[in-house]
Amino acid sequence: MRMSGARAVIECLKQEDVDIVFGYPGGAVLTLYDALYETQFPHILTRHEQGAVHAADGYARSTGKVGVCIATSGPGATNLITGIATAYMDSIPMVAITGQVAVSYIGRDSFQEADVTGITTPITKHNYLVKDVHDLARVFKEAFHIARTGRPGPVLIDIAKDVFAKEIDFHYPDTVNLRGYKPLFEGDSRVIAQVAEELAKAQRPLVFVGGGVNLADISPALSEFVEYTNIPVITSLMGLGCIPDRHPQNFGMVGMHGTYAANMATTHADLLIGLGVRFDDRVTGLVADFASKAKVIHFDIDPAEINKNIIANIRVVGDLKWSIPAMLTKVKERTADAWKALNPEWKAQLNEWREMNPLTYTPREGVVLPQQLIESVSQHADSDAVVVTDVGQHQMWASQFYEFRQPRTLLTSGGLGTMGYGLPAALGAQVGCPGRQILLFTGDGGFMMNCQELSALADLELPVKVFILNNQVLGMVAQWQRMFYNGHYSHSTLKGHTDFVKLAEAMGVTGLRVTQPQEVEGAIQKALAIKGPVVVDVRIPEDENVLPMVPAGGRLDQMIMGG
Amino acid sequence: MRHTLAVLVENRPGVLTHISGLISRRAFNIESIAAGYTEEPDTTRITVVVQADELELEQVVNQLSKLVDVIKITNLTETDSIQRELAMIKVKASSETRSDVVDIVDIFRAKIVDVNRETMVIELTGEETKIDALCEVLKDYGIIEIVRTGKVALSRGPIPAKNV
Repeated sequence: MRMSGARAVIECLKQEDVDIVFGYPGGAVLTLYDALYETQFPHILTRHEQGAVHAADGYARSTGKVGVCIATSGPGATNLITGIATAYMDSIPMVAITGQVAVSYIGRDSFQEADVTGITTPITKHNYLVKDVHDLARVFKEAFHIARTGRPGPVLIDIAKDVFAKEIDFHYPDTVNLRGYKPLFEGDSRVIAQVAEELAKAQRPLVFVGGGVNLADISPALSEFVEYTNIPVITSLMGLGCIPDRHPQNFGMVGMHGTYAANMATTHADLLIGLGVRFDDRVTGLVADFASKAKVIHFDIDPAEINKNIIANIRVVGDLKWSIPAMLTKVKERTADAWKALNPEWKAQLNEWREMNPLTYTPREGVVLPQQLIESVSQHADSDAVVVTDVGQHQMWASQFYEFRQPRTLLTSGGLGTMGYGLPAALGAQVGCPGRQILLFTGDGGFMMNCQELSALADLELPVKVFILNNQVLGMVAQWQRMFYNGHYSHSTLKGHTDFVKLAEAMGVTGLRVTQPQEVEGAIQKALAIKGPVVVDVRIPEDENVLPMVPAGGRLDQMIMGG
Repeated sequence: MRHTLAVLVENRPGVLTHISGLISRRAFNIESIAAGYTEEPDTTRITVVVQADELELEQVVNQLSKLVDVIKITNLTETDSIQRELAMIKVKASSETRSDVVDIVDIFRAKIVDVNRETMVIELTGEETKIDALCEVLKDYGIIEIVRTGKVALSRGPIPAKNV
């Protein structure tokens, strides 16, 4: 079929089952936006390109589909950078489409020109610059294939402005031909048998669940595996929700702000089975002493993750969709009773650690504590509610005190730690999951970084519920300054006069305020009952710490306790 | 330890940026990198010499392999291979010193590819150590500039790197 490059882009999106895109128009993509107009292709207009890219990310994380965003050349494209890097660090499938100046203008420092493929090379799984309209269909086919297969990630397609206007006979290829890209699905099944043997021999085994399990959508098989073997489980931040928080074998999150039980278990385990984890420094603390008594078995789809941070004794390279069911089949060669009888002392020890040192906090008279607020929201929320966070103290409190019940219900920037991620990601999640509760926990710092998206929420009537844990400080920065910088609160105080209720109302969003503990329940119920978007400004004390804490580079079993 | 890697990549725009970007981002110790066309028009072959212990080498190979345009990586250090580098050296050579320089060139089986009143350009192909040795000797006469290609390598025997 004869059509313009811009129409071809729309056709490519349809062929890839893209049902909505997030974007912001500009000079280099005007022809593409004209095609969006003519075809009535669903498009969400955010208020900033960074909003568009985080929204595509939130959409992808909550649905498992590829998120798509569009920006113009130069500043439009550079505004995507933080969001692309965020998606890259957390392995989120995304296709970012950017306009580029016309072919004859490239390399001349033209108006709104930036070397976007150059800039994004280290933060994309792959990228393309399309200068010939005949390459469009192949490039889109490859880009979506690369974004969603193997270890997922963002792919950027930079398209010269004149390519959108050129005519072609559109034909979408059925297959991709990439000699250098053949992700391994099924690995070596002999290794699975070896893992089962190690598991049977181990006296203090531990399964460590990461974001890879969420991405592979393999939680049911994982649950069956851990229940059949009765093996204790810990998770990373990105692995929360893969096993319900209340599951008796789940000992919680490991790492800097992990539970006492999870950190002690890691330190004392003699077998650590990592499933889709990358042993980030926020998990390991001092690498030399991380799980130093344990044989490490590392399951990952990406061979480059093996031995990157932690040396693995056994590697299981392949898709968790293959390896976890294969493990399940293998362990079923023994009876469930035989597995359950193993290592009673270890299990008793873990239970004791958990019971003696639960996550807790000290209530204070007359003030709303962030942990209380999060627990209350958790009690009122639907079991399939999606929680989105920004980055900092509130993010850690949410990970500790919200009860995660299902996979893909925590959307958080774990790897890059992007402040400003929350509001636009929540917008994207609500677009992807209409009818589900989308709950954003944010801070007064992170919220301000992309608060313009309230305007988009209001226009689109997206009923995101925003809880601003407002302590008038950059909480995590202030906590570190309190603990490690002699209480020098250097530029971490936001003693501003920003009225978040008025800000919300000015953007067309309902605003509520909570200052007293007795107002908490009512405000949550009211917010959840309102049909549209709501901002709840919750005033919390400025000096509350996130605990327990392993100081950066410290040992996991040397936590600062309290709370 | 030094390793010589044969990296076969798609001959596409941006591929060298992707490779050099990755090397600098991951802080790998690369000693030389040399690229050129191959027997297949759509394939470029890059010879990378990397200084790395076993674990670092594994990371270099795995991270490079992740690049979509990288088709295959073969470690030629592990196989019997021929390794060569080409250098051109511009050295001072006046009428008094010229014959001495020519003698040295003969001993190294190098070639003189340009001569004028004051200088000569010498071309030498060989293993790195041989080029280093020639440079060392020529220092006494005054080296004006040197250009080296970086190492290229090919395995011995009938099997090409792409099929190893």
